[in-house]
Amino acid sequence: MKNSVDRDLPEDVMKDLNYQPFESTEIGHPEIQRVAPKVHVSTGDDKVVTSIKAVVKDTLKDGMTISFHHHFRNGDFVFNEVMREIIDAGYKDLTLAPSSLTGVMNDMVIEAIKAGTITHITSSGMRGSLGDFVSHGGLKNPVIFRSHGNRARAIEHGDIKIDVAFLGVPNADALGNANGMAGDAVFGSLGYALMDAQYADKVVLLTDNIVKYPNTPASIKQTQVDYVVRVDKVGDPDKIGSGATRFTKDPKELKIASTVNDVIVNSPYFKDGFSFQTGSGGAALAVTRYLRQAMIDNKIKASFALGGITKPTTDLLAEGLVDKVMDVQDFDKGAADSMHTNANQQEIDASWYADPDNKGAMVDQLDVVILSALEIDTKFNVNVMSGSDGVIRGAIGGHQDAATAKLTIISAPLVRGRIATIVPDVTTVVTPGDSVDVLVTEYGIAINPKRQDLVKSLSNLPGVPVYTIDELQQLAEKKVGKPKPLEFTDRTVAMIEYRDGSIIDTIKEVKD
Amino acid sequence: MEIKETAVAGTLESSDIQIMISKAADGIQIDLQSDVEKQFGDQIRSVITTTLNEMGVTAAKVKAVDKGALDCVIKARAIAAVQRASQTTDQPAWEVL
Amino acid sequence: MAENEERLRRTMMFVPGNNPAMVKDAGIYGADSIMFDLEDSVSMAEKDAARVLVYEALQTQDYGDAELVVRVNGQDTPYYENDVKAMVKAGIDIIRLPKAESPEMVQQLEADIIAAEKQFGLPEGSTGLMAAIESAKGVMNAYPIASASKRMMGIALSAEDYTTDMKTHRYPDGAELEFARNMVLHAARAAGVAAFDTVFTNMDDTEGFYRETEYIHQLGFDGKSLVNPRQIPMVNKVYEPTEKEIRNAKNVINAIEEARLKGSGVISMNGQMVDRPVVLRAQRVMRIAKASNLVDEEGNYIEK
Repeated sequence: MKNSVDRDLPEDVMKDLNYQPFESTEIGHPEIQRVAPKVHVSTGDDKVVTSIKAVVKDTLKDGMTISFHHHFRNGDFVFNEVMREIIDAGYKDLTLAPSSLTGVMNDMVIEAIKAGTITHITSSGMRGSLGDFVSHGGLKNPVIFRSHGNRARAIEHGDIKIDVAFLGVPNADALGNANGMAGDAVFGSLGYALMDAQYADKVVLLTDNIVKYPNTPASIKQTQVDYVVRVDKVGDPDKIGSGATRFTKDPKELKIASTVNDVIVNSPYFKDGFSFQTGSGGAALAVTRYLRQAMIDNKIKASFALGGITKPTTDLLAEGLVDKVMDVQDFDKGAADSMHTNANQQEIDASWYADPDNKGAMVDQLDVVILSALEIDTKFNVNVMSGSDGVIRGAIGGHQDAATAKLTIISAPLVRGRIATIVPDVTTVVTPGDSVDVLVTEYGIAINPKRQDLVKSLSNLPGVPVYTIDELQQLAEKKVGKPKPLEFTDRTVAMIEYRDGSIIDTIKEVKD
Repeated sequence: MEIKETAVAGTLESSDIQIMISKAADGIQIDLQSDVEKQFGDQIRSVITTTLNEMGVTAAKVKAVDKGALDCVIKARAIAAVQRASQTTDQPAWEVL
Repeated sequence: MAENEERLRRTMMFVPGNNPAMVKDAGIYGADSIMFDLEDSVSMAEKDAARVLVYEALQTQDYGDAELVVRVNGQDTPYYENDVKAMVKAGIDIIRLPKAESPEMVQQLEADIIAAEKQFGLPEGSTGLMAAIESAKGVMNAYPIASASKRMMGIALSAEDYTTDMKTHRYPDGAELEFARNMVLHAARAAGVAAFDTVFTNMDDTEGFYRETEYIHQLGFDGKSLVNPRQIPMVNKVYEPTEKEIRNAKNVINAIEEARLKGSGVISMNGQMVDRPVVLRAQRVMRIAKASNLVDEEGNYIEK
């Protein structure tokens, strides 16, 4: 069975898991029935407990689905503490459904898989030893990868039915009113966790900072919370920042960033009241800085900045160059602090951010987005999930969701070391070429031929050569040579959902 | 060209390859470490072997640690390593360059 | 020398010769000239490796339209001879001689280049040369150096060594370089070759870099030696002609074309004769305007 991006999908797995092949980026106007969680009625006076073990015992049964958020990133203590108790208590056959998995969780997940505690995983992504483990067939059932918007959709549909959500927070009162903004381990927006708080049958908050009732502003509310667990420390503040705030000095990254800026500024979307999403990473931050100057020079202000937020973006807010920041997660402490102090920085949940099955999501209103790529092919399909060796080492994040913007720019170097970024066919299709408009490399840009309007406005920019994507692919191949094709077994280790829940690609077990 | 001593050329920086050449009884044995082994391992070995052959080296032990070097870098490092190992750095092998 | 008239040489970017990542990427920044360095940026122990690396890169990498320059080691070093031979064989455009102090040194380089061209069966005259002035003696001999060879492409001031020789160091206002800059520039113009200003190394002082570049642009330098690709767009910006300059130049070019069509030797514009310096300046403005994408194919100013 092939889908519309020409990927061969395994019939048996598709049938077993009741999946449809990806057809189109168009969502249309279907009618959707959302689910609602079970409520264990309480007046709320007995929620505080001090033992993770006791809460696990009270809430968890074999075969259930548990969830976590990844807002603490590599500073997370909660995941490992809870999983330790779950593994030690001998639970089996659980489905792990976090918003994403970070490196600090890898060893524990592998241990839980080996112990039979975890048998199913759905996540935005995974990296390092866990990606390696899964790619080598370490988990029997295929991992289901979903974008942030798609996770929200899947939760609302009941495709992901969370039995118990374990949510770490830097503060909470005794009834469970909590936010991500005050305390030792602050991370700002609780965007992804808000879905779990709203839809899980049992919501367990873990915090090292129980504050006076009622705690405001309350992102997670007492009406949603079953338990508040007091722990020693929820996270390591130094490791919560993704390191994204370092402004790159790499001339190649700067060259790409400045070209991205040229593309934005010369596009029809760069006008007063435009909106953008830049994401994290050195080049993205540099784009934000160039964009700031361009906005000042052209006397243009943005109506909103969206998505994962960094300090350079909240600086634009403080400067009045951006009216609102719509914030689903904060990549650094500067951005997190700004949410606390600036009323124009609005916390949004993953559904509001990017859920396709919505009465309007913010990504639908987005003008310009800059996204990265591990690989992009001559059909403009993008891979952000598997490395050039075929091993899982990435995350969809909001990639598929934000790519629905009016101008989707992929910024990527032509080659990384000896590995071409622009290839005839990506190893794994994550975001379909249909939603990608411009590729920016250090050599020049390629414009998706279906955007003739952009071809017109972006040709003849000083210092920005325009190539076809085939030319860029050949240039890359000329530089690095033709790689030997990767070898995989027939076994499917992961399914990549498109944001509408159809299957856009699968990942096979690597053959070593 | 005769390998007289063990010599190294290249670094462990990104886009470089470090090639160490030492004496061997006969044949060229290559021990390669590379992040792109799967995709380019054969190609890297072939560039090293070809370069050594062109320089008239028939017996050598080669240890290479690759950091994503392009073919031209691999060839350059192989040449430099052989010239150092054969103590001919002052008389470049013009016909091989 | 005809080529000298035509080529833009606003930016000459230094690339350490033993750094594969930088050697491989040198072509992406749009430098007018790329200068691979075998001298100061390469340690003694790596001279041989850098030479081979640059050689192999020149054989395989595409550096687009950039003029390719190699700075070889000095004539008083044991590396000089093989550097010159290897680079001639590699087909480099220009060999840059460091620490030039006399016309004899340039003539020596020319003789070595000729010998190498013969040895490797290359057409005689395929390799150009340039000289770096890095001492008081070099500055005093700037004109004899600049006019020492018909292969001479240009001369460059190298201020680090020069200021040491002058018992001073570099200051933000550049007063210590005033004499040398003017000597080098005058020597170059008198000899009909290009003139390059020295590097500016403090990457954090953008304002200072602009100030210095505007200054040397005003003096009349062809361009500047650069240590970081990030400086390229800044230099190009300083060298960009204004809209008025472009429109004026276009009128001059039109007048030349008109005179040519009429078969007239006299170029006139608005009833006045256009003399040669005006024509040359107009041609230069249009070249830079084209390189900066400020004009279309026909040389008309592109409205922003």
